Amino acid sequence: MSTDSQSPARSSAVISLPAVLGVFLLLAAGTYAALIYAPTEATMGLIQRIFYFHLASGWTFFVAFALVLVGSVAFIWTRDAKWDWLSVASAEVGLAFVTVVLVTGPIWAKPVWGIWWTWDARITSTFMLWVLFVSYLVLRTLVDDPERRAVVSAVFGIFACLDVPLVYFSIWWFRTQHPQPVIGGGGSLDPRMWWAVLMCWAAMLGVMAVLIRIRYRLEAMRAEVDAIRLEASMGD
Amino acid sequence: MRWSGVARNNFFAIWSRAERSRVSTAHASSSIGVPSGGPGSGLRIQFTGIEKRYGMRMALRGVSLEISAGECVALVGHNGSGKTTLLKIAAQLSRPSRGKIVFNERGIELSPEEVKSRIGMVGHHTLVYDELTAEENLIFFAKLFSLPDPEGRARQALEPVGLARRAGDMVRTFSRGMRQRLGIARALLASPGLLLLDEPAAGLDPEGQQWLGDTLGNLHAAGCTIVMSTHGRNETQASVTRAIRLEGGKITHDSGLGGDPNDVLVMAAVRGMQEEDETSS
Amino acid sequence: MTGLGHATGVILAKELRTEFRSRELLGTTIVFVLIVIVLFSFTFDPTSSESRRFGPGLLWLAFLFAGSLMLQPSFLREHTNDTLSALRLAPIDPFSILAGKMAANFLFLLLVELILLPVFAVMYNTAILPVIGPLVLVFALGTLGITTAGTVFSAVAAQARLRELLLPLLLLPLMAPVLIASTEATAGLLRDPSELSLVWMTFLVTFDVVFLTAAWLFGEYLLEE
Repeated sequence: MSTDSQSPARSSAVISLPAVLGVFLLLAAGTYAALIYAPTEATMGLIQRIFYFHLASGWTFFVAFALVLVGSVAFIWTRDAKWDWLSVASAEVGLAFVTVVLVTGPIWAKPVWGIWWTWDARITSTFMLWVLFVSYLVLRTLVDDPERRAVVSAVFGIFACLDVPLVYFSIWWFRTQHPQPVIGGGGSLDPRMWWAVLMCWAAMLGVMAVLIRIRYRLEAMRAEVDAIRLEASMGD
Repeated sequence: MRWSGVARNNFFAIWSRAERSRVSTAHASSSIGVPSGGPGSGLRIQFTGIEKRYGMRMALRGVSLEISAGECVALVGHNGSGKTTLLKIAAQLSRPSRGKIVFNERGIELSPEEVKSRIGMVGHHTLVYDELTAEENLIFFAKLFSLPDPEGRARQALEPVGLARRAGDMVRTFSRGMRQRLGIARALLASPGLLLLDEPAAGLDPEGQQWLGDTLGNLHAAGCTIVMSTHGRNETQASVTRAIRLEGGKITHDSGLGGDPNDVLVMAAVRGMQEEDETSS
Repeated sequence: MTGLGHATGVILAKELRTEFRSRELLGTTIVFVLIVIVLFSFTFDPTSSESRRFGPGLLWLAFLFAGSLMLQPSFLREHTNDTLSALRLAPIDPFSILAGKMAANFLFLLLVELILLPVFAVMYNTAILPVIGPLVLVFALGTLGITTAGTVFSAVAAQARLRELLLPLLLLPLMAPVLIASTEATAGLLRDPSELSLVWMTFLVTFDVVFLTAAWLFGEYLLEE
């Protein structure tokens, strides 16, 4: 396993300080861009600025989600535990980002459009994705043996990921047939706004990477503790 | 971390992935001229460094063993010593966390698919369907093994186990002993070269045990390799040629090829009785 | 090694024989769907136009719930005498175990649906005879989606705790596209004038192909120990 082939002195670090600092900088830049650099939107006012984080989180959770698929397939292929660690880390972090999207959405929608929620295509699909992530994590808590858990969640993860494009398409086509009020869209974006979006996205990706890395190391360390216990019990 | 290397090796070791082709290979049937139950030549098994881990528990810790064709081996040890796990691995129901297992028949190594058609197993559970009749059960498995004339084979298989008259009855109505016998008939359907039995004497009355001992004797005489896990001394062990004792996932005693199994068997029986005393007091 | 098709056929035959001998699963499922249909009738005013609006969705919801319950025994039955090990000992492609059960579950659920279709038509005053052909096709495609994933997940649930809750928890979110597509296709057919939506039909076929392929590629790993 090539996860941590670092020198003994450094391998105990969960994450390197430069990486954390770098992400902090990105986050600061993104926040600055969103809150100060970007111009205030004409009709929506100040609350619109939450849109930058909302959109960035939205794009970010897709990345996390793709990592779950990659991890699941790779685990089935290689049976190397590190892919399982990647899957669970990405799923948990991805779930956090989807939650951010689902929470910032209504916060933005209520003052601007007057309603908390609508069952339009995007929101409904996002909510379905949230449910799928949750199912994946619940499944993991219900299987005790680590190896079975890894296999079983990898298979479910693959099925869930294959389902996602089908979910999105079916909900989208359904909504074109039966339209609902759409919120969260409208208006072209000033070029400075685009910069803000991209900065925020970069920041969110940085945060995602850091969180996944930490969670991954946590899982790896759990595995090492297990292995040490096993080694110790074998000694008698 | 100092432990990293060790940890890396132990945890989730990538076990050897046997190649599995999706194309069905022709069934290598050694045509059976003898009545159902007569095996072909026995299989030779080689276990090398077998380890099996279930979560936090090591069921097998480095078992290396060679069983030659035609041997009748008794695996002894208390519960949790790894007997069932070893049998499951031999039956290919479980994959070892580490190590390799190789099967040979008449000197030719067998592929995993071929091995499956040469193995019969009698497990802890009966491995037959309650909702079907005895005959239907055997026909079903005969078909899965691609045996010619499954109906005929099934009827023939019921004779030696004394269930011919109950062929049309639901297994649900059978006693424990009868189910055991049906399970054995099922295991012998394809005339296996290797018969694996997991505590077959459990649940059999002395008469049943005697019958099983005789059946195993016949199979042994015909050249079938037999590996049987057992708790203590009983009537089924008449034909045993070799006894191996497992403790804590490791082999502690092996009477060896051509050795005398009785010492190991007696020792197992004595230990077994000590256990009973301890648990009952 | 026994061929995939042959082994699947043998296992399918066994499942059919077992079920038709006792008919307990079929009977119970039919009663369950009936109860759901009746309960749904209390939630809206079942006039003709309302029925046409809500009916198909309710029907498919009922089928989905029924499916998530009746797919449980599929693998649980194999645990009683550890017959799953007996199946895995046989020289067959492990996928044929899944495939045989998928085929059996598909036939059972479809049978339940077809038995209940006339009942639904009567209770909600909808005309189904003119569109019975396409309707059966929609039912078949939707049911295939439910039973493919459902059988795979019942194998997953058999290895976990809380399996009675787990199977619906895993299956229902994944089946959302099937629910939408089947409901829309059914509603389209029952509408006046009836139309068969090519988009939804193609979608259902795609769904089925995707999940059958996924089950074929990855399903067997669920049967290991």
